Amino acid sequence: MHQDDLKTLTIENARNLLDSREITSLELTESYIKRIENTETDINAFVTISKESAINDAKNADILIDSGEQNLLTGIPLQLKDNLCTRGIRTTCSSKMLENFIPPYDAFVTEALKNQGAVILGKGNLDEFAMGSSTENSAFQTTKNPFDITRVPGGSSGGPAASVSASQCLFSLGSDTGGSIRQPASLCGVVGLKPTYGRVSRFGLIAFASSLDQIGPITHTVKDSAMVLQNIAGFDSKDSTSLNVPVPNYLETIDKGIKGFKIGVPKEYFQEGINPEVEKIIRDSLKVLENLGAEITEISLPLTSYALAVYYIIAPSEASANLTRYDGVKYGFNYIESENMWDGIEKTRQFGFGDEVKRRILLGTYALSSGYYDAFYLKAQKVRTLIRKEFEDAFCDFDVLAMPTSPSTAFKLNEKMDDPMQMYLNDIFTIPANIAGIPSISIPAGMNNNLPVGLQMMSGALQEEKLFQAAYAFEQATEWHKIKPKL
Amino acid sequence: MSNNDDLTSDAIRHLASLTRISMSDDEVEKMRDEMSNILDNIAVLNEIDTDSVEPTGHSVDLKSVLRDDVSGDSLSTEDVLMNAPNSDEDLIKIKPVFE
Amino acid sequence: MNNKYETVIGLEVHSQLLTNSKMFCGCGSDYQKAEPNSRVCPVCMGMPGVLPVVNRKAVELIIKTGLAIGCSINGETKFDRKNYSYPDLMKGYQISQFDLPVAINGNLNISLNGNEKTIGVTRVHLEEDVARLIHKNEPNGTSHSLIDINRAGVPLMEIVSEPDMRSPEEANEYLIQLHSIVRSIKASTANMEEGSFRCDANISMRLKGTTELGTKVEIKNVNSFRSVFRALQFEQNRQINLLEIGEQIIQETRGWSDESEKTVSQRIKEFAADYRYFPEPDLPPIIISKQWVDQIKSTITELPAEKIQRFIKSFQLSEYDSSLLISNDIIATFFEDTVNECKNLGLNYESSAKTCANLLNVDLSRILNEKQLQISDLNTDYGDFSILIKMISEDTLNSTMAKTVFENMLLLGKSPIEIADNLGLTQISDTDSLEQIISEILSQNSPAVQDYLEGKETAIRFLIGQVMKETKGKANPKIATEIIISQIKKS
Repeated sequence: MHQDDLKTLTIENARNLLDSREITSLELTESYIKRIENTETDINAFVTISKESAINDAKNADILIDSGEQNLLTGIPLQLKDNLCTRGIRTTCSSKMLENFIPPYDAFVTEALKNQGAVILGKGNLDEFAMGSSTENSAFQTTKNPFDITRVPGGSSGGPAASVSASQCLFSLGSDTGGSIRQPASLCGVVGLKPTYGRVSRFGLIAFASSLDQIGPITHTVKDSAMVLQNIAGFDSKDSTSLNVPVPNYLETIDKGIKGFKIGVPKEYFQEGINPEVEKIIRDSLKVLENLGAEITEISLPLTSYALAVYYIIAPSEASANLTRYDGVKYGFNYIESENMWDGIEKTRQFGFGDEVKRRILLGTYALSSGYYDAFYLKAQKVRTLIRKEFEDAFCDFDVLAMPTSPSTAFKLNEKMDDPMQMYLNDIFTIPANIAGIPSISIPAGMNNNLPVGLQMMSGALQEEKLFQAAYAFEQATEWHKIKPKL
Repeated sequence: MSNNDDLTSDAIRHLASLTRISMSDDEVEKMRDEMSNILDNIAVLNEIDTDSVEPTGHSVDLKSVLRDDVSGDSLSTEDVLMNAPNSDEDLIKIKPVFE
Repeated sequence: MNNKYETVIGLEVHSQLLTNSKMFCGCGSDYQKAEPNSRVCPVCMGMPGVLPVVNRKAVELIIKTGLAIGCSINGETKFDRKNYSYPDLMKGYQISQFDLPVAINGNLNISLNGNEKTIGVTRVHLEEDVARLIHKNEPNGTSHSLIDINRAGVPLMEIVSEPDMRSPEEANEYLIQLHSIVRSIKASTANMEEGSFRCDANISMRLKGTTELGTKVEIKNVNSFRSVFRALQFEQNRQINLLEIGEQIIQETRGWSDESEKTVSQRIKEFAADYRYFPEPDLPPIIISKQWVDQIKSTITELPAEKIQRFIKSFQLSEYDSSLLISNDIIATFFEDTVNECKNLGLNYESSAKTCANLLNVDLSRILNEKQLQISDLNTDYGDFSILIKMISEDTLNSTMAKTVFENMLLLGKSPIEIADNLGLTQISDTDSLEQIISEILSQNSPAVQDYLEGKETAIRFLIGQVMKETKGKANPKIATEIIISQIKKS
C-alpha cells in the first residue's frame, strides 16, 4: 500500500479492504513498518518496534481472514503504550528501571487484541511511568509532535498520539490517569478516549495511580474509537475493580445524531489560563453542536479548580506505593557498585528513576506520612467525594458536558521542563474526569497556527454511547479530523 | 497544611529514606524547593469544608469481589528468575540482608 | 521473681490459613513441600501491572476464627496497604487491614492451676505472608541472601491480644488454647516448627498497684511454645534487674536465641516505622452479611474447651485424660467411635471408655515413639479396636497380653482375635477345661491342699502358680482361684 494512502486509512476502511481481500494483513503491516521506518527519525514514537512478531501476527491474521473467522480487529496493525505488558516483548514504561524487563504475561488488553488477531507493531513512548504531560520525561527518547517537530506531542501517551497522528499505525492504546490519553490526542489532532473507570481491565497496565488509571484507544476517527473500545471493554476476573456490566454495541447507536441532546458547558473550563484562540475554537465547536440540534447551556461546576490539587495528592500517594517494588531485587535495573543490600536498593532507585518520578514518589510519601495523612490524603479523598457528586448532579440534567481538552496547543520542547507546576497545569481540564471516574473523549475541533485543538466531552459513568454519539455527529459535520501532518 | 516551612531539607531526607531513594545534597535542595511550590498549590483544598464528607477510597461502587479458593498454574521457575539481576540455582540472589 | 512488679504481656500471633491457593492469586499455598520458586506467579511476585483478587475461603476462615474466640464480626471490612521496603516483601507494601479488620473484641478463657481467667482479643485481621530469605555463607568468606518467593502471598491471619497476661505461664496457656482452637476449626495447620504459627510477644513491667503501662519490649522470631515461655521468663528477669538498679527499659525489638537462651537487641538500622497505611484501591470493600456469618457459624461444631467438658461428663474421664485425647482430632474421633461401638457390643460404657483412654493415651504414644511412627501410618479401625476392648473386659486377655495384641494390631492391621490366636495369647477362661486341669493339680499336690485347709492362705498362690505353669500362663487367674477354692471345699 502506498505511504500516502495510509494517511487517510481508518480501521473502518482497512477492515473493508482486508475483508474484500483487496489487501492482505501482511501487505498492510509491511506498509506500516515502512512508514514507521520513514518517519521514526523525526517522531521517535516507538520505544520498541516488534517487526518480526508483527509480521508473524499478520500472517496468522491472513489465515483467519481467509477462513472467514475474522473479527473487527483481525489483521489491524496497532501500537501499545509501553506501560501495557506484552509477553515476550520488553515493556519499559520508558524507565531505565525497566529497560530490559520482559514480562512473562500479557495485559488483559494485549490478550484481548491478540485473541482478535490484531497485529502489534510495537510499543509507544511515554513519560516515565506515565508521569508527565509532554513525553519529555521518557528515559530513552523525546517524541515530537508530527504537526511541528519542534513541539511536544503532549503526554504521557505522547508516543501513541504522535504515532497515530503520523499514520504509523491504525490505532494505539494509551492510559489516562489525569489526561494522558486526551491531552496528547488533542495536541496531535487525533481522537482519544478515556473510558469509565472499571470499563477496561487494568490487569497488566503498569500501575501509576491505581484509583485513577484507565486504558483507552487513540484513533483517527470516533467510529474507530468505538470499534476498539468494543473489543477491549468488559469484565475481567483478574481485576477486582473491573465492572461486570454488559458492553453495549456502540456501533449501533453511534450515528443516531444529537437532536435534543442536552449539553452543559461548565464556565470554569474557560477561565483559568486558557489560550483565547483555543477558547474561540471551542466556542465555535459548541455552535456546531447546537446546529446539529443539541441544546447548549452554560453551567457552573465550582469545584473544578480543586481537582488539580486533589489529583496531586492522590496520584503521587498511590504512585509512591506502586513504585516501591522497583528495587533491583526481582527484576529491572540494579545498581551494581553498591556497598551493601540497602545501599544497592537506594542507589538503584536513585539512578533508575528520573526526576519527575522521584518528585512524585516523595510527594506521595509526604502526603501519606504520619501526621500529614488527614490533612492531605484524607482531605483529598473527601474533596474527591464532593467532585464526584458535583458531576453526578450535572449528569442528572445533561447528556454530556463539553469543554476544551487542553488550555493551549502543543508547546515547544523544553518549554516547561524546569517548572513542574506549569507542566501540571496542562492537565487542569482533563483531571476532573479521572477524579470522578467518568468517561471523556477528545476530538479534533480546529487548528490554531497549524496546531490542532481538541474538543473534550464528558458523560456520566458507563455512558460512553452518548459520548460516541455526540463526538461522531461533530466529526461528521466537520473536516478537522482529516487534517494530517505533512510527514 | 499551607505552611510548608516544616518542609526542611531534613524532612526531604527522611522521606527519601522512608521510600529508599538515595539523594545528593543538591537533589535534596532542588526537591525541597519544587515540593514546597507544589504543596503551596495544593493548599487550596483548605478552602473546602469537608467535615461531614465521607472519603472516596475506591473509584467504583463495587463490593465483595471474591474468588473461589482454587489453585491453578504458577510460572515456571525459569520465568520467575528470567528478569532477576542475580540468581543462584532456583533462588534469587542479593547482597546479604544481615551482615 | 521480685514481688514489687507486675508483668504485662500481650501477644500477636500470625497463623497461616488452611487454603488451597494464595491470598490474592491462584498459586498453590502448599509451599512447604514445593521446590523453591515453583509456586510463584506475576501477582505474588509483585510484577508490574498485576492486581490482587481476594480468596473467599481466607475471609471465611478469619470469620470462623473470630467467631471461635467470641469476636464481633464487622459488617464491612476492607484492605489497606502497609508500606515498607524489604527484600522479602515483593510489592513494597503488604496488603493488610488497618481500621476495619474482619473481627474485633473477642476473648479466650484460660485456666492455670485451677484458676480461670479471660484474655481479651483485640482483633483478628487478614494479610499476606512474605517471601523466605535464606542466608548463605560461601567458603571464601563472603555471604549473600537468597530469596524463595513461594511463601509470598500465602494467607495469614494476625490475632492480637489485649495486654491481659500477667506471667509467662499465662501467656503460654493462652498460646496453647489459641493454637488448639485454630487447629480444631481447621483454620490453620498451626505448625510452629514449619512456621505456620508464629508469635511476637510484647512485655513490660510496672509496679504492682499501678495501672500505667511500662516501656514495652517486643520479642520476635520465636518458634516454639517453649521458646516463647523461656523468652518471656528471660525478658521478665532482665527488665526487673534493670529497673532494680534504676535503669530505663529501652523500647526496642529483641530476638530470642534458642542456643544462648537469651533475648538479644536487634540492632538493625532502625528509623521510626511509618507504614503510611491507606485503603487498597485495587480491592473493593467486603460486605459480611449476617447470613454469611450464620452459615460459617454453623460449621463450627465443637471447640476444644467444650469437647473436654463433654468427655469428662459423658465418659467419666479425668480432665487430664480428656485433654490428651482431644489434642488430636484423629485420636478423639477414634476414641468416640470405639466407645460407641463397645456400647453396641453390650459393654459397660464408662469402663470401656477408661480402658480405651488408657490404651490411646499411654500405650499408643509409647508405640508411636518407639517405632518413630505418625498416627496416620497406623492401620486399624475402631471396629477391631472395640473387639480388643471386649476381649479385655471379658478377661480373654490380661493387661500384658492386651498391650502386645494392641501393638500388633496397629502395625499389622489384623483383627485382635487373629493376632491373639497366632501368638497363642488367649486367656483360658473356659471353666470346663480349667476344672479338669485343676483337679489333676490338686491331686498331685495334696500337702499344699492340706496347708490351705489349715488356714495357710499363701498355699493358694502356690497352687495358682502350678496352674499357670501347666497352662503356660494363659489361665485366667481370677477364675482359676475360684475353681481351686471350690474344689478344695468340695473334697
